[in-house]
Amino acid sequence: MTAKVLLEVKNLHAGIDGNEILRGVDLTVRAGEVHAIMGPNGSGKSTLAQVLAGNPAYTITTGSAQFLGKDLTALKPEERARDGLFLAFQYPVAIRGITNAYFLRSALNAIRKSRGQEELGPVEFMDGLEEKLKLIGWDDSYVSRPVNDGFSGGEKKRNEILQLAVLEPKLAILDETDSGLDIDALKTVAHTVDKLRRPDSATVLVTHYYRILTHIMPDYVHVLSGGRIVKSGGKDLALELEEKGYDWVRDKAPVA
Amino acid sequence: MTRLADTRERYVAAFRTFAGNGAAGAPAWLKEMREAAIARFAELGFPTTKQEEWRFTSVAPIAETAFTLSRGRDTAHVTAQQLEPLCVGGLRAVRVVFVDGAFAPSLSAVAGLSRGVRAESLAAALERDPELARQHLARYAPYQASPFAALNTAFLCDGAFVYVPAGVEFDRPIELVFVATAGDEPTVSHPRSLVVVERGARATVVESYVALADGVYWTNAVTEVAVGDGARLELYRLQRESRQAYQVATTHAIQGRDSVLRLHPIALGGGLARHDVQTVLAGSGAELILNGFYLLHGSQHSDHHTVIDHAQPHCASHEFFNGIVGERAHGVFNGRIIVRPGAQRTDSKQTNNNLLLSTEARADSQPQLEIYADDVKCTHGSTVGPLDQTALYYLRSRGLSPETAAGMLTYGFAAEILGRMAHTELREELDRVVRARLADRSRGGRRA
Ligand SMILES: Nc1ncnc2c1ncn2[C@@H]1O[C@H](COP(=O)(O)OP(=O)(O)OP(=O)(O)O)[C@@H](O)[C@H]1O
Ligand SMILES: [Mg+2]
Repeated sequence: MTAKVLLEVKNLHAGIDGNEILRGVDLTVRAGEVHAIMGPNGSGKSTLAQVLAGNPAYTITTGSAQFLGKDLTALKPEERARDGLFLAFQYPVAIRGITNAYFLRSALNAIRKSRGQEELGPVEFMDGLEEKLKLIGWDDSYVSRPVNDGFSGGEKKRNEILQLAVLEPKLAILDETDSGLDIDALKTVAHTVDKLRRPDSATVLVTHYYRILTHIMPDYVHVLSGGRIVKSGGKDLALELEEKGYDWVRDKAPVA
Repeated sequence: MTRLADTRERYVAAFRTFAGNGAAGAPAWLKEMREAAIARFAELGFPTTKQEEWRFTSVAPIAETAFTLSRGRDTAHVTAQQLEPLCVGGLRAVRVVFVDGAFAPSLSAVAGLSRGVRAESLAAALERDPELARQHLARYAPYQASPFAALNTAFLCDGAFVYVPAGVEFDRPIELVFVATAGDEPTVSHPRSLVVVERGARATVVESYVALADGVYWTNAVTEVAVGDGARLELYRLQRESRQAYQVATTHAIQGRDSVLRLHPIALGGGLARHDVQTVLAGSGAELILNGFYLLHGSQHSDHHTVIDHAQPHCASHEFFNGIVGERAHGVFNGRIIVRPGAQRTDSKQTNNNLLLSTEARADSQPQLEIYADDVKCTHGSTVGPLDQTALYYLRSRGLSPETAAGMLTYGFAAEILGRMAHTELREELDRVVRARLADRSRGGRRA
């Protein structure tokens, strides 16, 4: 493997409100790869995703995380986003009063500006947005609605993917984006994610289900349990987990 | 400090002078009504914070100021150029302007009214067609219950009169502008307005209170609104009084069968402001949207008390009030919903969200549901707090700076309410006003 390393996590320990949740995570993601992270409820998958995105509620106690060779912990959430890191939230947040279109354009322009690119006006932006909307199978009505406000669970997930499509990050971490989607929506979302892949970008899918992996082929599957990656393997590992559950791989170390 | 009894006497004495000269030409029924109203005020006096309805709002500063009755000073010194930037009704609007409570014909633009639609001064309406006004006046805003409505009724002499006859769909906005010039000495005006939209008619009315200068004055306004069966009224009420001004206002509406009232009370100005909104859904199938917003800074105090009275079955009321409260300001919201016995299938929803921009800012929110029917759907919710940290982080995780994210979330509180306004020009103008003020404040500015 000679592809460029995008993300390098080493012995990462992190927690919230004084509780240690991640207890030594190691993960290397290279350009072009798809990683799946699976694991039981409460094992720390969202914690890992949030820590990487820079959620200020979490504290890193030891270990390191580098994104494109930069120490992630020294970067604010917005700086990480501008550098090309994107997290699709497990629980997307509603923003009252702010239309999706305005929000998306502001976000895209903040990122473009940080890279010295010209900001897009509303008309230019809408032109580009049409194509992205088509990708996820939405009409215009969704972009004139307030961000996630009154959206159904599945619509919120799809809206995360719309953001992914617009912002075109280098590393996309999708935290259970497949949960709560109906079969057709899942197909559309998976297809979109797959289509958005570039040789210089990578995807980390946090999921409970094998199903999404039949649409987006993972190069690696990791099992997170008790705040550690306890097993890694190829796509077949996901199938095995689907059949056997997590008990056979579960972290046997005593809980701290 | 003035004794409260003296305060009452002062108003009674002022009333005697008023009844003696200026108001002498009024019809007998109106004179009687004024007499009864001042008598009622003398009984009630100004409320104190010991009264539940006034717990969070002290009107002592109003009671203690010796206001003289604004006699509608010479309106000629106000120019159209001064007025223009304060108008929000748009190019097509019919405009009725009042300066310090008195009708200003030269500033008004009422040409092109047709099909019996009237937009004029109440004084003129009382002179020309007293019976029409009499059918509605003081029917919806009874002065027995409120000392402020009593005072307004006692000094009732001018205000706006809007009349849209049955079946007429009037598509030009009717803008009522109440301009305060804020002179050297504190004055009080008691504008009294009447908006009647008859059966099956349609109208858009903008009621706007603005100031040309900073200064101490008091506006004690009462507006009565009658929406006939199957009628539709979009009513905007915009309060942009001077920062040193007091405003106490009452909006009383009654709705007929299958009528739709969309009422948008927006409070941006005033040092001390109180707005009581009462609507009675008096015919089955009526629908009310009460969509309000307040934006407060400095030491502004703004209190909204709303009462939605579901008197008949199958009515819907959706109430949304958002407040942005910064610096040392204080916002108060009290929303009462009454569902009368027999008002089955009532669908009522109320929300009040308050955003506190500083640790000294304060908001009090009180929902009150009184439900006497069993087959109803009533929900309410209220929030008071600073910017949502999770939402801030969500926006930042998309590349927005903390300042942009905070600005966006704050603006969203206003935008949510503005978004429900059908009048595009007005909405866009308000949007500019709100955004400019928020931007100014976040830069530490002091402009109103
Ligand atoms: N504020 C908090 N204080 C203490 N514990 C917390 C706090 N927030 C989360 N946790 C705990 O951290 C653990 C890991 O949570 P996390 O959300 O990362 O799990 P997950 O693997 O994403 O689970 P799921 O599959 O259900 O999404 C859970 O046990 C959770 O209860
Ligand atoms: Mg999770």
